Amino acid sequence: MKALSIQGLAKTYRNGVQALRGIDLDVEEGEFFALLGPNGAGKTTAIGIISSLVTKSAGTVSVFGHDLDREPEQAKSCLGLVPQEINFNMFEKVFTIVVNQAGFYGIPRRQAREQAERYLRQLQLWDKRDSIARSLSGGMKRRLMIARALVHEPRLLILDEPTAGVDIEIRRSMWEFLRGINHRGTTIILTTHYLEEAENLCRQVAIIDKGRITENDRMGNVIRKLNQETFVLNFRDPLTALPPLPGYDARLVDDHTLEVEVSKERGLNDLFASLSAAGVVVVSMRNKVNRLEELFMRLVESGGAPQGGAR
Amino acid sequence: MNAVTATRQVFGGSGARVRWVGFQTIVLREFSRIIRIWGQTIVPPAITATLYFVIFGSLIGRRIGQMDGFDYMQYIAPGLIMMSVITNSFGNVVSSFFGAKFGKHVEELLVSPLPNWLIVLGYVAGGVLRGLLVGALVTAVALLFTHLPVQHPFLIITSVILTSVVFSLGGFFNAIFAKNFEQISWFPTFVLTPLTYLGGVFYSVSLLPGWAERLSYANPILYMVNAFRYGFLGASDVDIVKAFVVTVGAAIVMFAIVVSLMNRGTGIRD
Repeated sequence: MKALSIQGLAKTYRNGVQALRGIDLDVEEGEFFALLGPNGAGKTTAIGIISSLVTKSAGTVSVFGHDLDREPEQAKSCLGLVPQEINFNMFEKVFTIVVNQAGFYGIPRRQAREQAERYLRQLQLWDKRDSIARSLSGGMKRRLMIARALVHEPRLLILDEPTAGVDIEIRRSMWEFLRGINHRGTTIILTTHYLEEAENLCRQVAIIDKGRITENDRMGNVIRKLNQETFVLNFRDPLTALPPLPGYDARLVDDHTLEVEVSKERGLNDLFASLSAAGVVVVSMRNKVNRLEELFMRLVESGGAPQGGAR
Repeated sequence: MNAVTATRQVFGGSGARVRWVGFQTIVLREFSRIIRIWGQTIVPPAITATLYFVIFGSLIGRRIGQMDGFDYMQYIAPGLIMMSVITNSFGNVVSSFFGAKFGKHVEELLVSPLPNWLIVLGYVAGGVLRGLLVGALVTAVALLFTHLPVQHPFLIITSVILTSVVFSLGGFFNAIFAKNFEQISWFPTFVLTPLTYLGGVFYSVSLLPGWAERLSYANPILYMVNAFRYGFLGASDVDIVKAFVVTVGAAIVMFAIVVSLMNRGTGIRD
């Protein structure tokens, strides 16, 4: 079953900005889906329309088969949203915020309290239950929004940059938590600027740029489209000049570091052979940026097809 | 973060049940807000009412004598109670809903399955609650200064609730269009306060020159104040049936307008 089906979704704001130019998108039930795009690409507008915070100009949205226009109550019951910006009442207590949200989804008070406790404990906020929301740290506020979005057990959870401004330790524990949520059957749509996050978590990815979907495929297939990667090599001994590396586009970053672009066809063997012949000892090697990030930048820069030839 | 519980709970229930629980939650949240900030919501109207009774009732009122056959303090008491109900019902909804817009937590409701008309009803119920709470407090203050007979208790209750509904809806209307905190005070300053003061709170319109009396009948607050006063004193400047028709009509029209604006997303959705 399709958790989300979008057809011809378009949005033109009153100032004339065309944020979405007729996008089609299907997300299967149980999927962990990444919706990526540069700033202003239309991601947040699309999420806003799906979650009824933005009025669409054209198109249809259905959530688990419920059309958002014809059956809004059923469609909205299936949905949980973690928005990009903090949007809870800063003057309310943490526990109250989550309990009230459960109430807005028709969960009676007693059950709402149980649910709130369950998710506040899981997100390690139970000790803060009586704190006023504005006193929480940035990471805690993000976790509170996740607890609030989950309290009614949505079948589809949408997270709009949930780890923005969160330190790496909390980010990684959030990943584990979200994997668990997805594993037990909740479909997840994630937007993020941390492409490593998308590559780690998501099995399907769509890239949106200038209001259009430019890529929509399995994560593995998308990564395979990356024809060229940039590697950074570190040497044991300092180099004064670049050794001859025929067929590779390389440059010395400093006397111990080489940055080299390697195409899929060319491979790495000849590079190491040339370096060995020049007596250079390589002590470590890494990707300059993560692969999805590299592909994403090439896609966005080229306006669709990855540089170096998408196949 | 702790491990996720293995199973996903499934919550269901009929639409009516979801709506009822949702409505209760909005009202409870509004009530909690009124109590949480009691220093802003409950205390000031009681102090203002006390000052009115001391100055207009006790000090100046003694020199005025009788109005429509009643002691002046007795005559203005229902009007002052109604004035506090009007301003507090309006003020509660305008500040709460605009605050929710400003702080973006209105989105908690907009993403939920609750229909717009129910969200409006929830906020209106909150406004009515504060109106009645403050009205009861001002009545208690009034009873310290004068005796208030009760001629028609049913009229008192219905007129105060209906009036509170109308002005709670007015507050919602104002909050929908307000873009900053300054704009939530425009309507109370330029419309509500003049209409209330000229709505027969302090005087009988029969004392006014002909043109002013006729103009006063275009003021809906005149009907509300007089219906309420009639419930206590059995005296009114207007026909009571007409007063109820005006109040009920205003409530229906305001509700339709506010829900329609919400459905269109005016002021709340891009």
